[in-house]
Amino acid sequence: MEIDPFIFRLSIFILSIFVGYYVVWSVTPSLHTPLMSVTNAISSVIIVGAIIAALSGSDGVVFSSSSVYGFLAIILAAVNIFGGFLVTQRMLAMYKKKKKDK
Amino acid sequence: MSANLSAILYLVSGVLFILALRGLSSPETSRQGNLFGIIGMVIAVTVTFLSVGNFSSGFIYVLIFLAIGGSIGAFIAYRIPMTAMPELVAGFHSLVGLAAVFVAISAFINPAAFNLGVPGDIKLASLIEMAIGAAVGAITFSGSVIAFLKLQGIMSGAPITFKGQHILNALLLISIVILTIYLCSTQSSNLFWILIAVSFLIGFLIIIPIGGADMPVVISMLNSYSGWAAAGIGFTLENTALIITGALVGSSGAILSYIMCKGMNRSFFNVILGGFGATDQTSGSQNKEQRPVKSGNADDAAFLMKNASSVIIVPGYGMAVAQAQHALREMVDTLKKNDIKVSYAIHPVAGRMPGHMNVLLAEANVPYDEVFELEEINNDFANADVAFVIGANDVTNPVAKTDPQSPIYGMPVLDVEKCKSVLFVKRSLSPGYAGIDNDLFYKENTLMLFADAKKMTEDITKNL
Repeated sequence: MEIDPFIFRLSIFILSIFVGYYVVWSVTPSLHTPLMSVTNAISSVIIVGAIIAALSGSDGVVFSSSSVYGFLAIILAAVNIFGGFLVTQRMLAMYKKKKKDK
Repeated sequence: MSANLSAILYLVSGVLFILALRGLSSPETSRQGNLFGIIGMVIAVTVTFLSVGNFSSGFIYVLIFLAIGGSIGAFIAYRIPMTAMPELVAGFHSLVGLAAVFVAISAFINPAAFNLGVPGDIKLASLIEMAIGAAVGAITFSGSVIAFLKLQGIMSGAPITFKGQHILNALLLISIVILTIYLCSTQSSNLFWILIAVSFLIGFLIIIPIGGADMPVVISMLNSYSGWAAAGIGFTLENTALIITGALVGSSGAILSYIMCKGMNRSFFNVILGGFGATDQTSGSQNKEQRPVKSGNADDAAFLMKNASSVIIVPGYGMAVAQAQHALREMVDTLKKNDIKVSYAIHPVAGRMPGHMNVLLAEANVPYDEVFELEEINNDFANADVAFVIGANDVTNPVAKTDPQSPIYGMPVLDVEKCKSVLFVKRSLSPGYAGIDNDLFYKENTLMLFADAKKMTEDITKNL
């Protein structure tokens, strides 16, 4: 009997929840704000769906009723990707260790 | 590009995202982690372009829109002040939510582009996934917008409650389930739109009763929702990168909400049902008895600190409001020059989002190895000479340990009162968010410094 591909995706999903659980518990509390901004940036990988949607118009027609939503989603996700990663970078650059010499 | 190759590359990008979070286990590895995240994102986007394989005029437009969004994002990222980080994160969450809604709508209108069937005959499983993605996305969007408005001060941070609120929310949630079931049997686009509209309404309604200081829980919760929305869309698109990311972000947000709730000793439902502090505030001010308070000025504070050998700083939201972090670090520099040992104690729910205080201190060039969490430092208060409480209140209230009647009883608090002397910078004697008096104000060894946090800190530095 063949297994529905959905089951494979569900397995990945469940296992990823556990991976996320253990990885996030090991995040130091002082980096919880960068954690939020970086999770925000990576969840914008939803842009993948936005690109498929935007390029769904049939030949010659760039802006169809469905692709317009794709383009809008691309803008939103792009704001998040660039904004999220850059602001995380900016924050992380500020975390410095104590200088050895006074 | 073959479907198998792109699936593997999506998996690679998912793994890179895991490494991005893993990097945050220490500040040294965190920058590398962020780089992994960026690489993962570049891979995911590139693979998508290659596997769609359509480089017609539409492709140019995609790049243009990508550039527009990207420049807006980069502009915001460079310009935003660190004190506005909670608003920024809330704002970004709303965008993820809305993007999820848009992708779901697009997939519903044109399912063929996603290999999900034809309009009116979308595969059942895909339809359910789409509905979940759209509903959670919409809730994330409107909830985050409200959180953003509250944090920004455009909307009052006070909880907004009305009669029958919880019943209404419960009915709306049930209606979402019913709508999804009908949607699956009829494939009607009208139902799909109603579903999205109801979800927007729910997001709005569940956040308005939650007050300002509960925002750390709200932001973490919305963070989690944005992950689940992404995962829902990931199932629709059969995309591994999205499924992995959605699960990671979803569990990350859930853990943060848990940590925040624990920091307040409240259950998640207690926070979500909202209204905390709204009722206590009035009763608290009515039966407030007059108790003697010792107050002092910058000179007194400087004298106390100069004669101390160790000082613990307890920052809170008030420090962020007064933007006092730089002035504070200058004061600490002066103290250190006098060979006084200084450390910082951070309560898990200090500020308006997880880790809020740490970022502000890092911005002010405070080395992160001088900053400690509650459990790490709580025993040191007994041996310290001076505790300098700047902008924190409820998290230092000893009532949480002594009075079982208090609404904050059982909440872990910093043992500030064990210090030889306590300096408490505050604008007035008004109670904090929980609406209860802080016993610390009236202790024998407490000196109240009534002033703006930034100004007081600067004055102390001058007097040191």
